[in-house]
Amino acid sequence: MEKPFAITLDVGTSKANHTGSWRTERPVYIDRLPPCNNACPAGENIQSWLYAAEEGGEGYEKGWRQIMADNPFPAIMGRVCYHPCETSCNRAQLDTAVGINSIERFLGDEALKQGWSIEVTAPLTGKRVLVVGAGPSGLSAAYHLRRAGHEVAIFDAEPAAGGMMRYGIPKYRLPREILDAEVQRILNMGVTLDLNRKVTNVEAEMRAGNFDAAFLAVGAHIGKRAYIPAGEAAKIMDAISVLHGMEDAEPPMLGRRVVVYGGGNTAMDVARTAKRLGATEAVVVYRRNREKMPAHDFEVTEAIEEGVRMKWLSTIKHADGGKILIEKMELDETGFPQGTGEMEELEADSVVLALGQDADLSLLEGVEGIESDGGTVAVSPNMMTGHPGIFAGGDMVPDERTVTVGIGHGKRAARNIDAWLSGVAYAGTHKHELASFDKLNTWYYSDAPQSMRPTLDVARRTSTFEEVVGGLDENNAVYEARRCLSCGNCFECDNCYGVCPDNSVIKLGPGKRFEFDYDYCKGCGICVAECPCGAISMEPETI
Amino acid sequence: MPYQPIKFYQTGSFVVGNRLLDVEARSTQSDPKRANTLTSGHRACQGCGEALGARYALDTVSRVTGGKMIASNATGCLEVFSTPFPETSWQIPWIHSLFGNAPAVATGIAAAMRVKGRDDVRVVGQGGDGGTVDIGFGCLSGMFERNDDVLYICYDNEAYMNTGVQRSGATPGGARTATTQPVGPHPGNEFGQGKNLPRIAMAHEIPYVGTATVADLRDLEYKVEKAMTFRGARYLHILVTCPLGWGSASRDSIRIARLAVETGIFPVFEAERGEVTGVTKIRRRVPVEEYLKLQRRYAHLFGKKPQPEILHNIQAAADRNITRYGLLDDTPDDLKPPGEAKDAATSGHDEAQPEDSETDAMALTSESFEGAR
Repeated sequence: MEKPFAITLDVGTSKANHTGSWRTERPVYIDRLPPCNNACPAGENIQSWLYAAEEGGEGYEKGWRQIMADNPFPAIMGRVCYHPCETSCNRAQLDTAVGINSIERFLGDEALKQGWSIEVTAPLTGKRVLVVGAGPSGLSAAYHLRRAGHEVAIFDAEPAAGGMMRYGIPKYRLPREILDAEVQRILNMGVTLDLNRKVTNVEAEMRAGNFDAAFLAVGAHIGKRAYIPAGEAAKIMDAISVLHGMEDAEPPMLGRRVVVYGGGNTAMDVARTAKRLGATEAVVVYRRNREKMPAHDFEVTEAIEEGVRMKWLSTIKHADGGKILIEKMELDETGFPQGTGEMEELEADSVVLALGQDADLSLLEGVEGIESDGGTVAVSPNMMTGHPGIFAGGDMVPDERTVTVGIGHGKRAARNIDAWLSGVAYAGTHKHELASFDKLNTWYYSDAPQSMRPTLDVARRTSTFEEVVGGLDENNAVYEARRCLSCGNCFECDNCYGVCPDNSVIKLGPGKRFEFDYDYCKGCGICVAECPCGAISMEPETI
Repeated sequence: MPYQPIKFYQTGSFVVGNRLLDVEARSTQSDPKRANTLTSGHRACQGCGEALGARYALDTVSRVTGGKMIASNATGCLEVFSTPFPETSWQIPWIHSLFGNAPAVATGIAAAMRVKGRDDVRVVGQGGDGGTVDIGFGCLSGMFERNDDVLYICYDNEAYMNTGVQRSGATPGGARTATTQPVGPHPGNEFGQGKNLPRIAMAHEIPYVGTATVADLRDLEYKVEKAMTFRGARYLHILVTCPLGWGSASRDSIRIARLAVETGIFPVFEAERGEVTGVTKIRRRVPVEEYLKLQRRYAHLFGKKPQPEILHNIQAAADRNITRYGLLDDTPDDLKPPGEAKDAATSGHDEAQPEDSETDAMALTSESFEGAR
């Protein structure tokens, strides 16, 4: 036996003494669910792609591929997603939330720049699936079904793909070349797209095309109307038609003074669009106050910055050519607006109603088993309608109506359609316990405020349709990714390996994490207390 | 848009390792092939801070010397729990001295190595606070005075723990021990007695004196490494938590040591030839209660008969440390322009003085990231 320096005598090592027998509790490595992943409507594994992006360089592609496992639109997401991940980010309790959305955009843009693509590696199944509607939900379903090896055809009534991403979201939030590129990447995988093809009877189409299943995601494009007594000269339009008209050769004529009725994101989009079309006055009339507004706060802020005026606590009583009459409201104790009888006159060349939308469900007429409330169609948790083989998602089913939710529907439907086509039920994924803030030891994280994305000057914003919010450069992106706390999942900081007084943590090497040596672990719990991210728990020994 | 240079912000260097750091810039303890000078199977209590501190320090000495080191060890917990005959937990040449003569034995080994012309072999003496501050104090002072080529490390857990928690010269005021019971008009240990050995060592004007805790591994390793760059007498004083004697939860060992620093109770600094050359700034200052309440040896200060006076004295001592060593800094190092950050080795996460190996390597890494673009 080779002895260490200056050792001459054989001594017994204390390793003969298995101190693990002292233990009454044992540390166990666990994974907890990070709040960002938990909040993502598209079910992205955000923490995992941030972890990859932290490496910089080659990590970007790894990170991008991790996003693509759940969501085919990273560059679009990085622009239009309302990022509930950031709202739930534990780092917000430390300084500011990690700028997840901006990193996603960086990775998405990087992919477009480098031309990264997705190959279909799954064996072809020979099954055919019809997707109706090339919006976020339909495209997402088509993408996931194609990756699973199915043949997919998308039919869409419009002359271009994208759905609400094209006909609802203004260019200044989502440049069309980004949209086109991310859609094209899906088509390159072998998904076929038939444009200008409105489906009027889904069952007939399925028979005609020999489809084994269908996913319907026709969206909600019918603007809701409210009865407003109006004179003959009044010009009343609905928001969704105005936004749709922006894709035509000639933009809609709104006039110099535009009143938008409603308080949602669509109302903000229309008001900001009106400004860019040259309106000197864009006024949003909403019957409750700012706190109750369904629009996201940053959209309201950006609109106000651009000179959009807000008339909170007001309803339109009468509209006529050139002017409208509005009534002041007040909130009663239940928060419901009540009229005060106080009237005000407002100059308006046009009134745009942004009061929500309904889905056109005519393609389901006569289909057996379908349940509908007129505006939406009911689906079970596996996204299937009452009719076997016909699934639906996106804005046409009752849920929050955002691009990301639609993409999530598409993914969930694809997983379930895939299972249904092979005659099994989709088991879903196991969810870990939530990694809440109290599970972290935040001492170990350095202080680092969020990096800000550049925004376009207001003067240029209101006169052009250039993108308002810029992207991060690589410097910022890697910095921002490294702000992630890795809540609930080991990021191999070596703390447990270092702080064990009994050397009973075994380091398995990069990417392989650690293991406890229960022969010697005395169960002191220091590793649990000093784990920054809460990836170890203490469990009682069975005696 | 403000320019933000790349930094290892996820954890800076507060954690033991960091996968984003170059291998050379990582801590000794994060190395899968670290020496484990004090290996598994020792009989220290659950959550023993001394076992942790000894491995942290000696693993670093072992790395710096390539394993060519000899340690003498005073009687005490560390000796008892590591070497019940016929077992040993030491994976280095190690000799048990008497309670009071570990520094003298270390001196002798150093003399022998000198005679043999083996200046590549480095000598470490070590002991607890009892063996160092009280019983071995004369030998230690002699070792300092003669400037013998020994690094002496005191693992300070603030009482004679091995024999049943009796007061030592390092026991803090107000603390309960077996011999300073919480009774009478001045419950717990008296104030104004005891010895501050780091300052006594500094008074000997030896080449290097440093204090550290088990809560800041990076700083501890830095100080051991720094100490090994000197020849002559060097002294390290490491605060180690004792769950048994302090009456604290075993899982809190590192947390308590961290709070000792963040309250100002235990100042972390280094000194060369009697002059303080660097201090670890307090990062998140907290009142002393946060430190005291986790330990049953201070339970009599709270409870039914609270002792605001003692509490006041402890806070005053912490405040005195803060002013004496300048432990507070209005500007966090992060926000200072490069080059102006002080004590980068201890706060550690900044591009700072070029002579600091750790931060230097970090700066190199961030450059290579920029190069990758």
